[in-house]
Amino acid sequence: MNIIELISQPWPWYVSGIMIAFIMFLLLFEGKNFGMSSNLRTMCSIGGAGKFAEFFNFDWKSQRWNLIVVAGAIIGGFIASNFLTPNQTVDLNSETIKALNNMGFSDPGQHFVPSEIFGIENLFSLKGLSILAIGGFLIGFGARYAGGCTSGHAISGLSNLQMPSLIAVIGFFIGGLIMTHFLLPIIF
Amino acid sequence: MKYIRFLMIGMLFGIVMFKSQAVSWYRIFEMFRFESFHMYGIIGTALLFGVIIVQLIKRKQMKSRKGTPIIFAPKNKSIPRYLIGGIIFGLGWALAGACPGPMYVLIGSGTFSILIVLIAALLGTFTYGLFRRKLPH
Repeated sequence: MNIIELISQPWPWYVSGIMIAFIMFLLLFEGKNFGMSSNLRTMCSIGGAGKFAEFFNFDWKSQRWNLIVVAGAIIGGFIASNFLTPNQTVDLNSETIKALNNMGFSDPGQHFVPSEIFGIENLFSLKGLSILAIGGFLIGFGARYAGGCTSGHAISGLSNLQMPSLIAVIGFFIGGLIMTHFLLPIIF
Repeated sequence: MKYIRFLMIGMLFGIVMFKSQAVSWYRIFEMFRFESFHMYGIIGTALLFGVIIVQLIKRKQMKSRKGTPIIFAPKNKSIPRYLIGGIIFGLGWALAGACPGPMYVLIGSGTFSILIVLIAALLGTFTYGLFRRKLPH
């Protein structure tokens, strides 16, 4: 089996976990930090948000390196989906599939993302568009309010045993559990 | 070309996020239903190795590539900020099934409707900036 074939298999969780820690190390070694949501602030600043709020008046050029990481992530997603993942199904728990079927999802796990949420036709319905837009808004607002997202708090912050990150991650889970168990069944 | 290393790190990140299926809405849904170990295994392994890496860097006083000390900036002490902000983020994370890293990876993989999530996330960040002083921190 050559290396490409090996990579093209589904990755066990521990391989993925080790790779994420390695990426954090690479960024620390470059004198930077692993945190993806701060790019949203940088993009706001580039777009001129500093005229409206002082929060966006900072030297965004010092954050250019992170925007390059974003560009790399887009390319990485393209490479992984087009060349390294022949089987793009998700091996879900049968209970999860049952719950999704009850919510009206037609083929849970047959693709990486559900067409019920990410299908292009959703952009032309109020409900479909609202789900994507409200989800995104909460992510952007919440990440900045909490001072970080999954990478900044759950990986970088907890790796450094920071109490604020633990509180933030507990918050992530409270919000995620409320959405998954109470709100999603109402929405779908 | 000092940025080429960051491009490579980003590409590696994108491939890892996609191959780990952390970009999958389904995996996030399944995680919050506690019906799979997959995401917990990923985050747990990353944390285990992350803690070891950070401890080694601190104890060996490891320097960055440029020879400067590797600094871990402490975060400000607060509860409401992290808890409320965290809950809001968690609601969005479970709804859109993507956090701020995987968003970009999904764009690259051709899930273009994630652009709506990205634009809305920019709007959310902007709104936070506008009301920042009025929010409990």
